[in-house]
Amino acid sequence: MAGAAVKRRGLRSFLLRRLWQVVPVLFGIAALNFLILQVAPGDVVDVLAGEAGAATPEYMAQLRAAFGLDQPVPVQFAHYIWNLVTLDLGFSFRQNMPVLELIMSRLPATLLLMLAALAIAVTLGSLIGVVAATRVRSWVDTLLSGFVLLTYAVPTFWLGLMAIVLFSAVLGWLPSGGMYTVGAGLTGFALVGDVLAHLLLPALTLSTFYLAVYARLVRSSMLELYGADFIRTARAKGAGEWRITLVHAFRNALLPMVTMLAYQSASMLSGAVLVETVFSWPGLGRLAFEAIRTRDLNLLLGILFFSSVVVVLVNLLVDLVYVLIDPRVDPTARRA
Amino acid sequence: MPLLEIRGLQTWFETRAGTVKAVNGVDLSIERGETVALVGESGSGKSVTAYSVLRLIEAAGGRIAGGEVLFDGTDMLRLDLASLRAVRGNRIAMIFQEPLSALNPVQSIGTQIVEALRLHRDIGLRAARERAVELLELVRMPSPRERLEEYPHRLSGGMRQRAMIAIALACEPDLLIADEPTTALDVTTQAQILDLLRELQGRLGMAMLLITHDLGVVAETADRVAVLYAGRVVEQGPVETLFDAPAHPYTRGLLDAVRIEELPPGSRLPEIPGMVPSLLALPPGCAFAPRCPRATPACDAGPPAMRAGGEGRLHACFNPWLSTVEGRVPA
Repeated sequence: MAGAAVKRRGLRSFLLRRLWQVVPVLFGIAALNFLILQVAPGDVVDVLAGEAGAATPEYMAQLRAAFGLDQPVPVQFAHYIWNLVTLDLGFSFRQNMPVLELIMSRLPATLLLMLAALAIAVTLGSLIGVVAATRVRSWVDTLLSGFVLLTYAVPTFWLGLMAIVLFSAVLGWLPSGGMYTVGAGLTGFALVGDVLAHLLLPALTLSTFYLAVYARLVRSSMLELYGADFIRTARAKGAGEWRITLVHAFRNALLPMVTMLAYQSASMLSGAVLVETVFSWPGLGRLAFEAIRTRDLNLLLGILFFSSVVVVLVNLLVDLVYVLIDPRVDPTARRA
Repeated sequence: MPLLEIRGLQTWFETRAGTVKAVNGVDLSIERGETVALVGESGSGKSVTAYSVLRLIEAAGGRIAGGEVLFDGTDMLRLDLASLRAVRGNRIAMIFQEPLSALNPVQSIGTQIVEALRLHRDIGLRAARERAVELLELVRMPSPRERLEEYPHRLSGGMRQRAMIAIALACEPDLLIADEPTTALDVTTQAQILDLLRELQGRLGMAMLLITHDLGVVAETADRVAVLYAGRVVEQGPVETLFDAPAHPYTRGLLDAVRIEELPPGSRLPEIPGMVPSLLALPPGCAFAPRCPRATPACDAGPPAMRAGGEGRLHACFNPWLSTVEGRVPA
């Protein structure tokens, strides 16, 4: 009991310490972003002038002064950092809206899509991995491993398009895109149901690749764990196969899975770009895609920075989960 | 009727190179309350014999090819899985060589003891935890109540083995199989764990099958000893008489190898010449014949049968040393 209190206290200082470590990481990302902005040919004024069709050099200089672009690079960098600190990500001249506001309006949709896809990938992946491991080298294992290889190999965007063709166009079971039925004016449970129907295909599509990764990871960890000494102890104690599989082996297979989760939170954001585009899901990924297409540099950098923040926070969360599920990870230790 | 009687046990492993006959006709019996030591070098089949008793060998890729393992009259090899599980951890319990890897790293000691209890006894969680504290007291774990919440990696090697013993004793088994329980521990802890095992065995009246390659441990702990060579018992009998006058040349070789203090300084250390035969291709006769100083052509013809040598002694040898006077110190 005393151990639990110590661990709780350790957890708090661990969190604080990790939060402090986040600061230089974010600073690094911001510096990199700024560098890209500097290296890229032309600036906002060039783009604006190009779009207007004509502009006098005097007018451009005036604009540069207004945006602070005539100042020395270090001063500009300081400005940029200060803007980030005050959560001012700049203005999107394309969308005619502050970048932060744009991102915030799109963030919930992306988070919903990512969480749904992750939930499907983790659940289904674990299930496939466990079943394949318990029936290793049988036809069930071969079948499941074949299916997993297929989902791993098939390009996400192609799978998305084919899903639309089958489930929307041919069968007509599910909507082909968007997040809710436009103009239906649904509320309450009807709205939730409507969003879920729209969510199903994109979430499934996005989950396939990750599902494959989890299934393979769980299968191989389970096989390794079946040979572990403590599994032999569980057998010697008289535990049944189900108990051995779930309570002893799978519980320990969770540890590499959580590690993988941290890696994948980043790659899932980029995966969302394709899926959101295919399913016209109003999320950050599609916003980023549009920003690239229209050379909306402010918006793009804002999204990049914001995504980095999300990834850093998810990793922090995963570290925290690790402390909770693996007693060997000691939050009170100075070095993790 | 002995508590455990192993008859003609054969445990094989199928490998790409062929069938490895790790245990090839082991006969052994253990009476109630008795400690029998199974000794032999690495690969002689001691651990495989022990795992075969609880049929843990199938999960390790082995196959019991023949024989009987009669526990209290029932053949363990013929039990269905549910009845087998009812014996495992309940009437026959086991402890292992490496207590750290043998304990589940993400479960507390308390949870692991409670599991052993609740698998076989109809007992509530609270009562089981109280019983777990008693068990930890029994194995002399310091501050047992606090240890319930502790995880294996936070305990010392000796404490881990104590926790392991507490798990094994949870259901008061009739037979405890101890697979090299002190090999991974330092010398002082080894002595403590052996003392504890001896004491608990006396108190609980259980039988013990002790697997070891440490002849000193055998001398201190066991009532009877069985010597294994290449998957067969070559000699067995009461520890005292067997150690005093080994009949089988292999047993004699083993004992000579540990009596180095009796040698004059500077003399060559005794050794058994040659190598253990490959378990893939055992010689047709006595497996020890190629290395045996007393071998005759008859030894290569067929395996020697187990013969009684008096005073509860058994040996499988065509040319045993029968007198205690004959050549005590090797030439």
